[in-house]
This record gives sequence, C-alpha cells and structure tokens, in this order.
Amino acid sequence: MLNGTTAEIKPREALRINPAKTCQPIGAMYAALGINGCMPHSHGSQGCCSYHRSHLTRHFKEPVVATTSSFTEGASVFGGLANMTQALSNIFTIYNPKIVAVHTTCLSEVIGDDIPMMIKKAKEEKIIPDGKYVIHANTPSFVGSHVTGFASMVTGMVKYLAEASGKSEAQLKAEPQLNVIPGYIDPADMRELKRIIKEMGVKTVMFPDTSGVLDLPQDGQYRMFPSGGATIEEIKSSGDSVGTIALGHFASHPAAIELDEKCKVPSALLELPYGLTNTDKFIHALRTHGGVDVPGSIGQERGRLLDAMSDMHQYFHGKRVAIVGDPDHVIALTQFLVELDMKPAYVFTGSSGKHFEQRLTEILGNHAPDAMIKQNVDLFELHQQIKNNPVDLIIGNTYSKYISRVENIPFVRFGFPVLDRMGHRYFPAVGYMGALRLMEKINDALLDHKDRECAEENFELIQ
Amino acid sequence: MIELLPDREKQIVRKGGDSDATTEIACGKASTAGAVSQRACVFCGSRVVLYPVADALHVVHGPIGCAAYTWDIRGSQSSGPQLYRHSFSTDLQEMDVIYGGEKKLEAALLELIEHHQPKAAFIYSTCIVGIIGDDVSAVCKRVAAKTGIPVLGVHSEGFKGTKKDGYKAACEALYKLVGTGDTSSISPHSINILGEFNLAGEAWIIRDYYKRLGIEVVSTLTGDGRVDDIRRSHGAKLNLVQCSGSMTYLAKMMERDHGIPFKRVSYFGIEDMSAALYEAAKFFKDDPTIMARAQELVREEVATIYPELQRFKQKLIGKKAAIYVGGSFKAFSLVRILRMLGMETAVVGSQTGDKDDYRQLQEICDPGTIIVDDANPLELAKFCLEKDVDLFIGGVKERPIAYKLGIGFCDHNHERKEPLAGYVGMVNFAKEVYASVASPVWQFAPRRANRAAVLARLANDPDFKPAPKGCGNCLPECTPGDGQFVRATLVPA
Repeated sequence: MLNGTTAEIKPREALRINPAKTCQPIGAMYAALGINGCMPHSHGSQGCCSYHRSHLTRHFKEPVVATTSSFTEGASVFGGLANMTQALSNIFTIYNPKIVAVHTTCLSEVIGDDIPMMIKKAKEEKIIPDGKYVIHANTPSFVGSHVTGFASMVTGMVKYLAEASGKSEAQLKAEPQLNVIPGYIDPADMRELKRIIKEMGVKTVMFPDTSGVLDLPQDGQYRMFPSGGATIEEIKSSGDSVGTIALGHFASHPAAIELDEKCKVPSALLELPYGLTNTDKFIHALRTHGGVDVPGSIGQERGRLLDAMSDMHQYFHGKRVAIVGDPDHVIALTQFLVELDMKPAYVFTGSSGKHFEQRLTEILGNHAPDAMIKQNVDLFELHQQIKNNPVDLIIGNTYSKYISRVENIPFVRFGFPVLDRMGHRYFPAVGYMGALRLMEKINDALLDHKDRECAEENFELIQ
Repeated sequence: MIELLPDREKQIVRKGGDSDATTEIACGKASTAGAVSQRACVFCGSRVVLYPVADALHVVHGPIGCAAYTWDIRGSQSSGPQLYRHSFSTDLQEMDVIYGGEKKLEAALLELIEHHQPKAAFIYSTCIVGIIGDDVSAVCKRVAAKTGIPVLGVHSEGFKGTKKDGYKAACEALYKLVGTGDTSSISPHSINILGEFNLAGEAWIIRDYYKRLGIEVVSTLTGDGRVDDIRRSHGAKLNLVQCSGSMTYLAKMMERDHGIPFKRVSYFGIEDMSAALYEAAKFFKDDPTIMARAQELVREEVATIYPELQRFKQKLIGKKAAIYVGGSFKAFSLVRILRMLGMETAVVGSQTGDKDDYRQLQEICDPGTIIVDDANPLELAKFCLEKDVDLFIGGVKERPIAYKLGIGFCDHNHERKEPLAGYVGMVNFAKEVYASVASPVWQFAPRRANRAAVLARLANDPDFKPAPKGCGNCLPECTPGDGQFVRATLVPA
C-alpha cells in the first residue's frame, strides 16, 4: 500500500500526508478524564466528540464518555451560548458529574465563543449547581496538536482550581506535599508512578490521573464516573504543596509554570521518566523535595534494570533507530536509546516546538551527530527518509506499522495511539520496571526479525 | 437506577409495554446538547461512504483532526489500488483560518494529482471551511481544468446537519461521476450494488453470486470502488440498495434521470440474502434461466452451510441479544438472523433510523423488546442489564461497555474482521457470536457469578455438581472451594 511512497523527496508546504499528530481537543478530553467525577465537554459539532471518544476507546479499550454542544447551522451563525447553556443544564441534571471540563473546537473558536463569559453566566443563572465546577481550555484544532490540547487542559485545572490557602510555610512544611504532573502517558504509567511514589513514602497529589478511570477491572457494572482520577480537593490543594515535579516540557511544564505564578509553588521541570537516567532524575527529585531516603526496594529495581542492560547491550550496539511520536515521549525515549548504545537516525515529531530540536541536539550531540531531528513532520516523510537510508528498528505509534511492513523493518509500538495491541493498557513504560519492558520489546523485535529472516546457517538456538 | 434524559423519552419504545407497536418513536432529531450521544457528524457520513473508492484521491480540507481520525479506519478492502488508504490533509493552521485556505488546497491538489495520477479526487469540506468561506467549488473547477480529471467537492461541513446529510453530500458528489462513461458494452442483465462497502471482502462474495446467476455487476458503490465503473453505472438496468440510509438518495437520482429502478435488499442472513438474489432474478424475467440458477445457487449454498448453522443454533438457543447499529435496515436483518440462530433480540437501536424503519422494527420484534433511537452508553448499559442479554452487537464505542458488563460482543460495524454477508458470512457470524457468547471468560464475570438465577438453572442440570461453598471471607465472585487446604491421602497402588 505505501509503495506509493517514493524515495525522491520534494518540498511540501501545503500538504500533510499520513500525519504524526492529531488535533488539540482530543488531548484536552484525555486530560479531563483524569479528574475524578469529571464530564469532558466538547463545545462544537457532535462529530468531534464522537471521533475523540472512538479514538480514545480504540487506544484504551475502555468506555470514554464526553458530551457535546451539538452545534448546528444556527449555532454557527448566532454563537454557541444557547447550546452551552442547554448542555450544562442537561449534564448537571441528568449525569450529575462533580465537574465539567469544557474544551473548544475549531468551529467554536472561529465564531468567537467566549467560554469564560458563558461559564460565568451559567453560574449566575444557577445552571451550575452550588458545589459543582466548570473549567475550560481553549483548544482550536488549527493550532498546536493533541499534546498542546492536553497541556492547556492541565493548565486550566490549575487556573480554575488550585488555591493557596494562606497557611504559613512552617505549617506547609510540617506535612509537606508534592505535586506530580505526569504528562500525556497511559493510565498504567500513572499507576506505576503512584506505586513508585508510595514506595518512596512521599505525600503527593498527581493530576491528571487517569488510572482508575481508563484501566478498570471488570465488575459487571458500567459507571459513567469511575472512582479514579484526581479529586477536586486534591487539585485545589496543589497550591499548598511545597513543590511540583512536572514531567515533560510540552505536556506538563506549562501547568507547573502557571501554578508557580498563581500560588508560588516552585517546580522541578523534568522529562518523562523513561529509561535509566530520566527515572533517576525523577527519584532524585522525589527524594530531595519530599525529604525522604530512597528505599532499598527502589535501589533493587534499578539494579535489575542495570543488570538487564548489561545482559542485552551486545544486541543494541550501533543499531539505527527511527523514533517518531509526541515530543515529550520522543525526547525521553531517545535519551534511553543513547544509554542502550543505539544510534537514533531519525528523531521526528508531528507536533511543533523549537525545544524539541534544541533538546535532542543536546542529547544526541556526541553520540549520534548525524541523526536527523525534525519537528512538524509527517509519516510520509519518515518513510521517504527510510527508503533513502534504512534503519534497523522503528519505534512509533500504530500508524508506523505501514512503513514497518513495506520495508520489513522490526517495529516497537510506543506512544499514542496504539490501536492494534493490548500491552500498553496493563504494563507501564515509565520507571525502572517500565524501562525493562521497553528494552524487552526492543530486543524481542530485533531478535524475532533475525530469527525469521536470517540465513539457515546463521539461525541460532541460543542468543 | 439510571435515569433517562426527559427530552429522550420519546426516542425509546417498548413493544407491548406502555407504548406498543402503534406508538411512534421520535427520531431524525438532532441530538440534545449535553447528551452523551454515540452519533457523528456530516463529514463522518460523507467520509465513510466515499472512502472505499480506491483509485480516487481523498483530501480532507481542514485542521488535522478530521483527517487523522478517518485514516484507514474502515476495513473496506480493495482488490487493486491502495491510494485511498493514505491520509491527505491540508492541515489548516491559524494563518489559513485568517487568510483563507484556497491557495493551500489548490497547491496540495495539483501536487497530489501529479504524483499519484488518480482517476478522480474528492475534496471534503470540514466545519471550519464552512465558516471561513473558502470557495471549494471554484478551486475544484480550476484544478479539474488544469489536470483533466474530475475534482469533486463534498459539502460535508460537520455542523450542517447529521450523518445522514453527509451521506447525501456523498451521493451528490458521486452523482457527478454517474453518466459520464461509455455504457455500450453493458449486458441487458446488469445491476449496480449500492451501499455495499466491501468490509472484510464482502462485496466480492456478493458480486460472485450475481455473476453465477449470469448477471453483470457494473459498479459497486462504493466497496472496492473504481471511478471508471461509477462513471458507466447508469448503463445498469437495476440498482440494488443495501445500506439504504446512505444510498437511497443516489438510487432515486439515478431512477429520476436514467430510469433505473431500485430495490432495497440486505445480504445479511439466509432469508435476506436469498431474497436479494431472487429480487434480481425476478426483475430479469425475460431470461428464466436466471431464476433457475438463483434457485440452484440458494439450494446449494444453504445445503452447504445448514449443518454447521444447526450446530451453532443448538448452543445459542434461548440466548438474548442487544443490537445498536448505525443504520436501522441492518437491524432488521440482524433481528431475523438472531431468530434463525434461536436467539431473541431484547434491545435494538440505531443512530439514524427513520419513522418507517422503527415501525418496521416494532413489527418484527418480539413483545417486550426495547427499541431506541440515538442511545447513550448509560441507556444501553441499563437496558442490557435489565434484559440480562448474552450478546451485544454494535461498533467501536459499544464494545468496552459490553465487556465491562460481562457480555459477549460482535462488531457488525467497521471493525469486523470476517465477512458477515452472504451465506458464508452467515456461518462466520454464527461462529463469531458463538465464540463470544460461549467464551469461558463470562463464567468468571461478576455479573454472571452473582446471579442466583444462573445458579438455579445449573442446579437443575443433571451434569452439574454443586461446588463446595467458598470460605465466605474473600471476594464474592471467587470460585467457591478453591484454594482451601485439604488433607491429601495416598491412594494405594
């Protein structure tokens, strides 16, 4: 199918082929699901909401609820106020969430709907019952990507909810609490972060938190609002924390900066804890800011990872890798691949942002100076580059499978979305244990390929 | 207790209950703002209908999301070109919204057409294009003149109606192709198959049946679709319309302008599949051998699958199903198929049915069946639990709900992996339903484990040996008796 892709690369400006990103609202919807008792609300046509729910469902294999303002032609001419008012009234009357998180779409942005004004009006008219909350994020689809949409909604949580209660520094330090903003990662990853934090013995508030919302056990019931997610009280209390650990420049740092500005909570701006070094940094931040010692159990996990890295290092050395995905994921993963002595050859993201290229140039500087680092690029171009100069491994979301098949290159699924495999739902990629799993997947992909493709005389029983 | 939105009460009917078969369901309504609707938009309707035209270029004019979410999501297969499986988008940015996206669209089209040499191009307008006022028709005209291929604008701005309006926009775009090809070589016994999208290769099965009757299939719209076939489709003598919601509009235009009559058919289930073959045979009564061949084919095919179907029926008899599908015509077939397998339809609903559809559904369903238009997940879950169904037939958004409840599932939508149409499809369907309904996983499902009724039924089963009681201290759903210490005794050899 993708044989239609030619090796000859012509400059393209007006066209996106096989995108490596999607639009802002879906990121905002995912973030909103990480608040306990939250109904995400899409202010636009009902198709947007339906597409986002389907897409998230395909990735998480979970029911995803969200409501829509169901724009019609009338709304697009007269504005969406009436739709919003009716929607909020219906949502609180029937579904009764604790909070509604509104995000906009291209349509409501272009007609200029003023969401804060609408929320204010709904509050005055008692459409929003006392004790209930409505927050919002502006997420026009023609700006940014799903990653910026996610970041905007997390920032919205801070803007609307976080409070500094005015307690004295001594009071706050008596029972210190840290915030963790985990970034655009899977529920299994958020669950793993919480496990590590518990093991470390640090008191934290993590938001958003989709574990317990999008990784539910089967119990014979369907709940619109599962028990998981960061509670409103927890998010409010983030303004009283002694510090914030924010994981990921693109998805998490904006909210941490907002929290610092609003409530004077200092933040440690880290990368996602994929691999050895990035997990070390996360543990270090928990230790220093949480005032705890690292328990032996965590040290042992690190030791096991290190042991596995030595066991497998011979298979990884010098392997050329194409990595494509969301910027925070790609940055952190590339760091890990460098630790594994692999050679990142193409390091691409569909999203935009100068930080991506700057940071990766630093990471790859001495190790893989020839690596091609590109933002705002699509999978069609990645395929063209690979045709010109092949790689040994592709790491990317499910959409990379077309390239993998046509070029017969081993492929590890990673990031969002994964539409055709199950593991990401249950097994984390963060932390030392997550790194072990990533490494196992990489090694399996390389060796399975070798076992299938190599000449008979090279086919070996023992590796 | 799950409540219903007051505005929605009229969209739900219980046959033989407070409302009966004479009660009219309220449908064709836009979803209430604030409802968790399973419905999509105009663009979605157009995209799913046109997407399977495999040798055309499909360009989504709008921000990236609309292209991303519809990239290769439908299992519509092509026997040749794979161009349609790429995702092409103008990826509109803020500056395009301010200054307009026409130039960008034109540049993109010229570039793509030169590179891929498609037979035609479909340009989908999204919400934003309708607001910023790009003159897509003018761009299409210019590009068509420059490249010499049909470049067809699809008026699919998301907010301008429902998914049904998207079907209509797709039909209008297709109709610009109809009537532009040479029909001289077409047989007097010829048909078009409308509303068949070749999911999992179903169109190939259906086409082969008609071929065996001696009937030429001029064009399949749009499964495994080819632009040149669509251009000469007005040379066919009869249109058979399957997915009536999407394609009746096109059939009506072809009847009006080209005098081609159309018949509504379905290829799901033995009864409907056979009726679809006889329908065509009856139409070509000038050649009685066609009917003879149809009878022979039905006999042969049914004889082949009957024993296997009976085996499945024995396992499935008495099981209950819930159906929630896009188009209601499919629901009719499913109710009949389930009945043939000994199963009962307890809940049935659709996203886009009209009054006639629902009236017909009420007629064919058993008393007590719940009939619902444009349902939300809470309602679906409530009805499934109330009716204690064993199977849910639906699409992507319904699958995890069914599984959370502990109910078997069959995807009768885009994500089916086996052909479910035709005679072979009937067996595949029975197999798929059986595999899910009878899966051992449900014996561990809390919903089942907790049901006293199930235990009582088991107690009456002569093969059933009651398990020792559980310890009572652990999970209510655990298998009783497991994990307890017992005295091991040696049995002398």
